[in-house]
Parts: sequence; structure tokens; C-alpha cells
Amino acid sequence: MRNLSQTQDETLPGDTPRSLKNWRIDDFSLLAGSAVAAISTTWVIYTALTPATGKTGFFLISYITFLLLYVMTCTLELGKQNAFDNMWTVLTWSAALLLLAPLITILLYVIIKGFAGLNLDFFTKDLSATGTLDSGGGASAAIVGTLQQVFIAVCISVPLGLLTAVYLNEVKGRFRRPVRMFVDAMSGIPSIVAGLFIYAVWIIALGNVFSGLAAALALSILMLPTITRTAEEVLRLVPDGMREGALALGATRWQTTYRVVMPTAASGLITAIVLGVARAVGETAPLIMTSFGSTAMNANPLNGAQDSLPLFVYRLIANPFPAQQQRAWTGALVLVMIVLVLFTIARILGARASGKRR
Amino acid sequence: MLSTFYRNAINSSLRNVKLMDTGEGRTFDRTDDPVQDQPRALKRSLSKEDRVYEAAAVAGGLSTLVILAFIGFFLFARSSLVFSEVGWGFFTSLSWRPDASPPEFGIVAILYWTVIISIIALAIAMPLSVLTALFLVEYSPRSLRGPLRALVDLLAAIPSLIYGLWGLFFLQPHLVGIARWLSDHASFVPLFRVNEPTFTGSAFVVSVVLALMILPIVTSIVREVLEQTPPGEKEAALALGSTRSGMVRSVMLPFARGGIIGGSMLGLGRALGETIAVAIILSPSLIISPRILETGTNSIASLIALKFGEADELSLSALMAAGLTLFILTLTVNFIASFVVARSRSGAGVDA
Repeated sequence: MRNLSQTQDETLPGDTPRSLKNWRIDDFSLLAGSAVAAISTTWVIYTALTPATGKTGFFLISYITFLLLYVMTCTLELGKQNAFDNMWTVLTWSAALLLLAPLITILLYVIIKGFAGLNLDFFTKDLSATGTLDSGGGASAAIVGTLQQVFIAVCISVPLGLLTAVYLNEVKGRFRRPVRMFVDAMSGIPSIVAGLFIYAVWIIALGNVFSGLAAALALSILMLPTITRTAEEVLRLVPDGMREGALALGATRWQTTYRVVMPTAASGLITAIVLGVARAVGETAPLIMTSFGSTAMNANPLNGAQDSLPLFVYRLIANPFPAQQQRAWTGALVLVMIVLVLFTIARILGARASGKRR
Repeated sequence: MLSTFYRNAINSSLRNVKLMDTGEGRTFDRTDDPVQDQPRALKRSLSKEDRVYEAAAVAGGLSTLVILAFIGFFLFARSSLVFSEVGWGFFTSLSWRPDASPPEFGIVAILYWTVIISIIALAIAMPLSVLTALFLVEYSPRSLRGPLRALVDLLAAIPSLIYGLWGLFFLQPHLVGIARWLSDHASFVPLFRVNEPTFTGSAFVVSVVLALMILPIVTSIVREVLEQTPPGEKEAALALGSTRSGMVRSVMLPFARGGIIGGSMLGLGRALGETIAVAIILSPSLIISPRILETGTNSIASLIALKFGEADELSLSALMAAGLTLFILTLTVNFIASFVVARSRSGAGVDA
């Protein structure tokens, strides 16, 4: 890249094979030297010059100092253009590393906070007989509610989402473009608006009560675009030759889609569904106005307020008592674990789906 | 693409057949049976099964449109009460006091803060996500690409409730230190000035959390567009002696400009509508001020979430009107965004 001319000056061309590694000891020493210098400078600034502003401030200032020092030394050592090039490399690396920081701290923080409350009772008992100061009790009502609501939402949104994806990619109807645009726009609908909508229609206009079903309706509005978009992308990966082959053999269009295209894309379609579920499991805002939440077990999703894990966490975290807060954190931990498991399933299936064709 | 090509080819040849037929009459018609040489009508005759199937798919496809129209219609219908009560005051008044007499409902201050926190979030997230996308496409070792992409997706899958809890309990104490330092040492910038030295629940804290939440979506869209940079152009830049950063700036970033703008706008749409994370962190305020580091901010979505439980009929209608405003706002932003993204994909002459 940059050292071609230099290396050729030093050794005769063709004498020794040039190492194809991009990294040399100089690069490393420049980087490490700047880092050490930056940290020590910041330390001096921190202890001697200005009052301390905490770890985050230390980190920020040393990063900026590091960047300045690195660019300066690189300019001296390698010239302006290469210094600039190296700066970009460092910037992209640090952006990617910075992305890891929230992910790791979120997971660790939730695990640390929530682990203490994790016991069998948490999964088998509800809070109807537990006072705010008592220990014991659990989130069984919330877990049952979440399972039922998400299940119903899946039953509504999966057929609709798959049909829409089929419409977009198999039938290729006249309204393809507007439908795709609207699906995109729908994926950006604030979750609270979906909740308000279901409240306005299902509860005010149709006169129903708060229920798990209402929550499921709101959740399915939110899942629909996720499922549709992912499923459409998966269907697009099915080679056209398979469709043409099926049609040429005399299959009807429905048979082609149902017997040839969908089985080929099966694992990808399941990925789409799992991703939709992962989105719906953690939604909180629409549930406030549809299933409302309750402390007692309500296993009937058709009637009456029902609890769910996100609502459970949202309600209890606002509570000043430590026992309740502990429950909230444990609920958050369970929620994160569910999302992680779903996500892993989606990744594995998705990898298998794309691996098959490569 | 290919099938379109075939269809066109078949169509044009069919047209030729018809022209020949109608032109010279039947001079070269030598068959005895006049029925046989009639051009067969190329009508799409579907079986019953297929007709049902297509109708169902069309219905499924149109359901999205219907749902969106319904949402708009019902929110509008439910908010008519507050519009008849306070009229245009809803869009001009600053105060939101359901218990005053007469009750006051004005969305201006809330809308102001909603836009401010979303824009700050975008300002933080955009450079980060462009750099991350560049890393994923160009700079990272090949073996890191898959796992990193999965991590970005995972970041998108974490529920907003969890982001809110983490932001409130873990991130806020760290950010308060930065905010205090900024207000002490950088108060020559009007944005960083504070009246009272309280820094929790500020627009700044909310924005940082929002920025993290929209980062994955912006990153993945920018990445998608960057991946479509024609390799020939990249190689040409490198072959002309460009450094990698020079190639990135002169080839990749201009190519992806539409994607970057569109992806950012999609992120903005997400930030505008984010509810629970914001509701957990912020401390509501109805004062319009440029002091983003100070306690007190607001957002439409969190207003609805926080006020819903205590709403009577009139203020419920006001919340519906707020929801309608938010719905129209996010829909507009999203439409423009997807239009820009779609154009940047197809306009570059690369068939995605």
C-alpha cells in the first residue's frame, strides 16, 4: 500500500519476498506509543490541573489526546497522507469497539442485578399475595401473559406477514411498490401509537375490556412489518429457475409457492418469524393501554387485565422498595434471556438458510 | 429482471405476429382449416385454486395499507373532541394542564423537545454508524465481519425497556459527570449553559440512550448501501495510488450518500417515536429552552405513556391528538427516508 517504494529502496527487488502483512513493528509502536503518552498526559491533566470528572471523562480526554498524538507522530514519521489514512483506520476500529461497550455493559449489568432474585418461585408464583415489602412471590402471571399474548400475536401476524411477502415477491401484483413503501413506513410506527390505535378501536369503539387479546392485536401490528420484510428478502433468494421449473411441470401458481418456494425458504421464513417474536416480546408501551397489567394470575387472554413481563418490570422498577426492584431486575434478566435465545435461534436458522445456497 | 426481459421479448414477438396477420390479410394462408391459424389469445386463465390464492395474497398485501389508513382515521376521530375544545390552540399553546379550568392542551413544547432529543441522538449516532459501517465493509478483518454484524443486529433486538433501565441506572451517573464538566468548562456554548446544576433526566442523557438505540438500524442501512459500491471503482481508485481513506472518501462515501441520508432519517423516525426508554429516563418539562444538559425534557411518546393512566375523556382525546401528531410526523420522515434509500439504491445503476 504505502511502503512499496521504501522497501524497494532498502533491498533489491526480488531478493527476499516481501511480507504481505499490512502491519509492521513501526505501526504498532506508533500506536502503542501514542496510547501510552495520551494516557499519561491525561493522568497529569486530571491529577494536577483540573478537578476530576470521573472515569468517563478520563476515557474521553485520553482518547482525544491519543488521536491527536497519533496523527502528529504519524505525520512526522510517514507523511501527511499516510497519517490521515491511519487516522481513518483508527477511527473505524474505535467506532466498532465502542459499539461493543453498551452491549457488554447492558448484558452484564442486567445479569448482575437480576441474578440474585432468580429462583424457582419466580417462575411459579404470582404477586397477588405478596406485599410490597415481602420477599417471595414471582412473575408467573407475567410469564403466562407474555407467552399467551405473543402466541396470539404470532397467530395473527404470521399469516398476514407471509401473505404480504408472497404478494410482494411471488404474485408481484400491481400495488407492489406502494405496499412495499407502506410496509417500510409501518416498521417505523411508534409502538405507543399502535397501542393507542388498538385502544381507540378495540376498547373505546367496540366496547371491549382490557385484555391479553387487545395486547396481542397491538403486538401483531408491530410484528407485521418485521416479518414481512425479512420474509420478502428470504423469498427473493429462491432462484427463479425453481419457480419456472415448477410452472413448466404444470404446477399451479399456488402449488409452486406452497410446495416449492416456501419449503426452499423454510428456515429463512422461520428466522423472519423468530425476529418478529423477538421484537414483540420486549414491547412495553402498547401494553400499558391494552392489557394494563395486574398482580394476579389471569390465564384467560380474552377477558380482563393481564400481566406480562415488560409491564411487570416497568411497574415494579418505579417502586421504591428493594424487594420490588429486585423482582423488576430479575424480570429484566428473564426478558433479556428470552430475547437472546430467540436471537440465537434466528441466527442459526438464518445461517443454515443462506449456507444451503452457497 | 431476467423474467421481465423474457416477457418483453415474448410480447414484442407476439405483436409482430399480430401485425403480420392484420396487415396482408390471409394471402399466405394455405391451410384448409381456417380455425387453426387464428392467433391463440394469450389470456392468463388461472385455475380456481390460483384465483383464490392470488386474491388472498392481494388482500394480505393491501392489509398493510388498510391498517395504516385505519390508524390515521381512528386517531383522528378520537382526537376531534380536543380539537373542538381548544381548536388550533393545540398547535400553538405551550402548556399541557388537564386539571386547569378550562383545561389547557398545547403540544408545542413537547414537540420541540421531541425533535431536539431526536436530532441530538442522530448527531451522535450518525458519525458513529457511518464509521462502524465502513469498518464492517472495508476495514475489518474478514473473520470479524460475521460476528460483528450479528452483534449489531443483537443491539437492535434488545428491548427498549432494557435500554431504559440501563440508561437510567448505569449510564446516567457516568453522563452526569460529563454534563457537569461541559457546563463548567464549555458554557461559552449556549447549548451547554445551565441555570441550575441538576443534570439527571436531561435531554442530553435521553439523547445518548436514543443514539445507542438507533445506531443498529442506521448502521445496517449504511452498510447495505456501502456494500453495493462497484468494486471496479474502488479498485480503480486504489490503482491510481489512492490511500484507503482516500478511496473511502472519494468513492465509497459519495456513492453511499443517499443511503447515509436515508438511513439517518429512518433512525430519526425511530428516535421520534421511542417511548419506554425515554419515559423511564426523562423528567418531564414544558419549558422551551436550549439548555440540553439541564434536568427536564419531554417527548410526545413518553407523554402518552406517562399520562395515559390518569386521563379523563378530554385529556384522553388530547393524548390521541398527540398520538396523531406523532404518527404523521414519523410517517412523513419514514416515507422520505425510504424514498431516498430506494432512489440511492436504484439510481446508482446497481440492481439490488
